Amino acid sequence: VNSLADSFSVEIKKILEKYPVGQKRSAVMPLLFLAQGQDGYVTRQAINEIAEILEISATDVASIVGFYTLYYDESQGKYHIQVCTDLPCALRGAEEFLEKLCENIGIRVGETTPDGLLRIEAVMCLAACDKAPMFQVQSGDGLVYHEDQTVESALQVIRHLKD
Amino acid sequence: MQKYNLLRHRLIPDLNKLDVYRKNGGFQAYHKAVNAMHPEEVIDQVKASGLRGRGGAGFPTGMKWAFVDKNAWPHYVVANADESEPGTFKDREIMEGNPFQFLEGIAICAYAVRAHTAYIYLRGEFWQIAADLDRQIAEMEAEGLLGDNLFGSDYSLHIYTHLGAGAYICGEETALLESLEGKLGQPRLRPPFPPSFGLYGKPTVVNNVETLANVPLIIANGAEWYHSFGTERSPGTKVFSLSGNVNLPGNYELPLGTTFRELIFEYGGGIPGGKDIKAIMPAGASSSLIVANDGALDTPMDYESVPQVGAQLGSASIIVIDDSVSIDWLIRKTLHFFNHESCGKCTPCREGTYWMRHIADRVNDGQASWEDVELLEDVAHQIRGKCLCALGEFSVEAVISGVERFKGDFQAKVHQQQVELPELSTPVMEIHE
Repeated sequence: VNSLADSFSVEIKKILEKYPVGQKRSAVMPLLFLAQGQDGYVTRQAINEIAEILEISATDVASIVGFYTLYYDESQGKYHIQVCTDLPCALRGAEEFLEKLCENIGIRVGETTPDGLLRIEAVMCLAACDKAPMFQVQSGDGLVYHEDQTVESALQVIRHLKD
Repeated sequence: MQKYNLLRHRLIPDLNKLDVYRKNGGFQAYHKAVNAMHPEEVIDQVKASGLRGRGGAGFPTGMKWAFVDKNAWPHYVVANADESEPGTFKDREIMEGNPFQFLEGIAICAYAVRAHTAYIYLRGEFWQIAADLDRQIAEMEAEGLLGDNLFGSDYSLHIYTHLGAGAYICGEETALLESLEGKLGQPRLRPPFPPSFGLYGKPTVVNNVETLANVPLIIANGAEWYHSFGTERSPGTKVFSLSGNVNLPGNYELPLGTTFRELIFEYGGGIPGGKDIKAIMPAGASSSLIVANDGALDTPMDYESVPQVGAQLGSASIIVIDDSVSIDWLIRKTLHFFNHESCGKCTPCREGTYWMRHIADRVNDGQASWEDVELLEDVAHQIRGKCLCALGEFSVEAVISGVERFKGDFQAKVHQQQVELPELSTPVMEIHE
């Protein structure tokens, strides 16, 4: 039984059609996004199922999960608040912004709130340098950018997520 | 004055809708190429335009297309939309605002190198842009602009999007191809280069988003028209991403050869808070630091002039640094970035970025001596010229130029540390007899 193949047969077929015959391995990244979208992270079972679909080893699939930062191999907070603190954003006050945001939420960078809802992270450049401070909210539903932020406007976004 | 060739959506509302794009001259170049031009003629036209790659390397685009090996098939086109260089946010605006010009550029490029399949590799964070592009590609298919037997010819073309998942290294073209093949995003040893050995080992053109968005205008208006912008050796307009300590950060489309002063002070509105400009990084975090004196500010931003003030134009992501910033802090930031993003394949980069980061941390924390600064420089010089790809090479640019050109900042940190040392007037250990 391959539950991923069963639940997403249409989606998987569409993904595989993008790549030439004999190059199924190219579909590993889109299939990982599919699995992560369903479970919130990439489960051991999903790794085995993707390996079976693509006819590659589970180790090959797991190495992809480990290499790329947007894949998670354990359960995370429901919403990842990812603040860019790279050089251009830092020059526009992103580090202070992150610090104050953490103080207000009551957790430190890299921690998850006790209710499992929010996790706050400092991340590398998100191609929004002219609109710093900024952060993205990553969840099972995708990624949403929030730009030109103040601590107050960010807290409002977070309150909205909690509701 | 800004001249909108690529950012035309700023003048034309809803240009990201197919019918609006078509009404404004869209797809005419594509029709012209497929119906009235031989693929070689398209390549010659792009060669004559002098268009150079906008991803950072500035390699002549037409020449790259001409290198595609005609003895091996099939051919592929891959659009590099992995935009991840700190300070760069131009491709994002082009894809959001003017996506069909980009897609038309891919289609013309594919026709010129006789590829029937093209991929757009986007960074994972551009999830929404990829979804929009999928819809726009479907619209083009419905209109007979993509698919089989296009315009009654035997030419066919399919374009697909592919999302990365958070790895700066995948902007390096061979790492991107590995990633697209479902492997770790690690660079290949070159040569062979992608035009002879690319995706799935087949001849492949990899071009940046902005490069491809130039192509429809070149085919529609001709190489001579294109040369009416920019300088002789760097023709055309360029989208400059302006960020950092500047009043009006953003994208500015200007002719190549516009000076730093014009961009930063006329368009960017100068430095906030009455501070002075101290340094410029013209190619994002991968850049050398330019001392922002009058000579540097009056330098034209083109591929030939920027090296004369000790840096590269690269992707033209201009980061402005004011005089309140200490350069030892700045290189700490860039080194944390490169250490995080090093793919780990080659030793000089994997180990070198790690050790440079640790020394830079110590210097910035005021816990280092001048010997540490010299060690940092030494490690940087050991890395230079020994890496498998540009990531490792670029990681040392800010370090070497920073220590050399802003020595005072580092001396101050080391000096500060000496002053703060506790005086060892009492014995550290009591000796019991």
